[in-house]
Amino acid sequence: MSKLFTISPSPHVHSGDSVNKIMYGVILALVPAFIWSVVMFGLDSVRVTLIAVAACVVFELLIQKFILKVKPQIADGSAALTGVLLAFNVPASVPSWMLIVGALVSIGIAKMPFGGLGNNPFNPALVGRVFMLISFPVQMTSWPVAGSFGVDAVTTATPLAILKEGVKNGQPVIEIFKNLPTNMDLLIGNMAGSLGEISALALIIGGLFMLVRKIITWHIPVSVMLSAAIFSGIFWLIDPAKFADPIFHLITGGLILGAFFMATDMVTSPMNPKAQIIFGAGIGILTILIRLWGAYPEGISFAILIMNAMVPLLNRYVKPKRFGEVNIQSTKG
Amino acid sequence: MLKSFKIGGVHPAENKLSASKAIEVLALPKTVFIPVGQHIGAPAEVVVKKGDKLLVGQLIAKTSGFVSANIHSSVSGTVKKVETGPDTSGYQKMGVYIDVEDDLWDEQIDRNNEIKSAITLDSAAILAKIQEAGIVGLGGATFPTHVKLIPPKGMKAEVLLINGVECEPYLTSDHRLMLEHGEELIIGIRLLMKAMNVNRAAIGIENNKPDAISEMIKLAYRHTNISVVPLRVKYPQGGEKQLIKAVTGREVPSGALPISVGAVVTNIATTFAVYEAVQKNKPLFERVVTVTGKSVKNPSNYKVRIGTTISELIEAAGGLPENCGKIINGGPMMGKAFANTEIPVTKGTSGILMMPEKESKRGETMPCIRCSRCVSVCPMGLEPYLLMTLSEKQIWESAENEKIMDCIECGSCSYTCPANRPLLDYIRLGKGKVGALMRSRKP
Repeated sequence: MSKLFTISPSPHVHSGDSVNKIMYGVILALVPAFIWSVVMFGLDSVRVTLIAVAACVVFELLIQKFILKVKPQIADGSAALTGVLLAFNVPASVPSWMLIVGALVSIGIAKMPFGGLGNNPFNPALVGRVFMLISFPVQMTSWPVAGSFGVDAVTTATPLAILKEGVKNGQPVIEIFKNLPTNMDLLIGNMAGSLGEISALALIIGGLFMLVRKIITWHIPVSVMLSAAIFSGIFWLIDPAKFADPIFHLITGGLILGAFFMATDMVTSPMNPKAQIIFGAGIGILTILIRLWGAYPEGISFAILIMNAMVPLLNRYVKPKRFGEVNIQSTKG
Repeated sequence: MLKSFKIGGVHPAENKLSASKAIEVLALPKTVFIPVGQHIGAPAEVVVKKGDKLLVGQLIAKTSGFVSANIHSSVSGTVKKVETGPDTSGYQKMGVYIDVEDDLWDEQIDRNNEIKSAITLDSAAILAKIQEAGIVGLGGATFPTHVKLIPPKGMKAEVLLINGVECEPYLTSDHRLMLEHGEELIIGIRLLMKAMNVNRAAIGIENNKPDAISEMIKLAYRHTNISVVPLRVKYPQGGEKQLIKAVTGREVPSGALPISVGAVVTNIATTFAVYEAVQKNKPLFERVVTVTGKSVKNPSNYKVRIGTTISELIEAAGGLPENCGKIINGGPMMGKAFANTEIPVTKGTSGILMMPEKESKRGETMPCIRCSRCVSVCPMGLEPYLLMTLSEKQIWESAENEKIMDCIECGSCSYTCPANRPLLDYIRLGKGKVGALMRSRKP
């Protein structure tokens, strides 16, 4: 008996799932939307995505190595994912240096100071994106015309911006819609917008992939989309001349990207299905509120960040259903 | 849609490698070491001394309290010494060493193979036989069976549930018992029903054992009050509270015993032991053990005498695989790792699982990414990530409020965690502390 055996407490088997698999799984799910962005915006999409990913990874590496002095963990894929999501949330024409500033904010302010992976309260990509939107409002709202391939003089407005502007000028929605792409174009992604948000279809394909692979559950995306549809639908039913229909709201802007890829960020979303549904519903309603009455035409980034702030409260007060709770309640009643 | 428990659960690879292997009788060992504390509760008191001649089935240690159990000799021969030795927990425990000579059985044991189906004893006599035979829960918990069968004051058992789920991967001993000794099991069930005076019994079997399900349905057919309930393959379907929920729909309240919803659960091997004890006068001194593992030459199910060292079982199954890095007492989800192979089989040993080196070590622990998989798989509706943090930070009151004591230690959280976090390790630590705190509060 010379051989030594491993002693460890149970369980002795593991599902084989890993943080890396989850992160790279999400990145894989973003590939269809990326391909569509290349079709629409050409090499600019590749430039923006590569720079954002590289900047996020490098910043994380430098911070871990020289400031925190810990073993670099960039291989876990989380910094790369933040980079992809940041790229997806900016216009393809955005100057590279601005993107690098955005990446520095994402990693250097929103993620690492809180303790790195798993500890940041706010979605890092969205913090970076909102920082850029506020700091560089012109460049962040100049949308290249699809197919113009980097000719930076040609810009256009997003459907949501056109709608907001039209409503502000008192035009009826039906008139405004004549200047907007058809629903089919919106669904496929033949419209102006951020690099990765334009094709609802490509994003839904990616979202379904994540659902099938069990990377995410249905609770957050469904509650975001359903609440946005119901909430915008109520106003549309009240006054169709003043408000756009719910389908339009669902497939324009970043709602689908937000519902499947930003709101579902594990680190910054609640820990049980009940809380996740409340979280998602809050995002959907806030998004529509901002779109209808806010200063910005689009509101999903703000909505997600606001609900991120609610997550600790939700985790604290909304508990999963415990086994064996029934009888205690019945004795109370 | 098959019945199942509702909250959580996982589905580890089943790996029932020995499912088609009939139970074989293992050759008699040359010596045995029989620990006297093989059950939950007080260890039994040794009643033999060095030099005593023993028969198979002779009492060697008698119960020493209400929650305790008799221990019988599994072999005939001479007591070599009464001394401490290694037991499955890894600690040194008091026990009896016996040199085996021949195989002479106590003549009161009925060794005839004929199945004895007539039930002649009354409830009290059946209970007495069960206690006398030293029967404990053979699923691994080893709680003395006679204690379980006597409900506390003011409570009444309404239904007997037989746990034929065997939801642990790899293990097949209960599966084989159902296939090979179904008739005896039905008699065992009737004995238990009579002992507790209940008129309804249900056998829960996971759907990955269709042959056992059809066999038990065929045999239970004549008894209208015994039903067979096929269950979805989902771990931990065989957890006591989960099984009760799946079969009866009743939910055992937090902190309460199954009897509070009128249910008593007994596993297959225990039911078989009850048959043998009551109908054949045979004390519990042997059991069926699955010896298995991916690299094991000949994964098998052996009927083995208590006290046989596990190295003999491993030899019989083709020897210790070259790449073996861990040996587990029981299944991979809840079993305990053995330190070496010179440890005796006890009443609670349902399987010996040899894991290859590369599956023996855990992966690198990463930060929690708050994916909430641990919450979604917890069959008790708990929040393992939170319980781990509270235990780590020693915030015991909050851990108690978050129901840490409800944890059944099934391991689904640690199994599932993509960051390889030691969730259950910390929860166990917390349970120990919170449990002690709660006890200290009682007057």
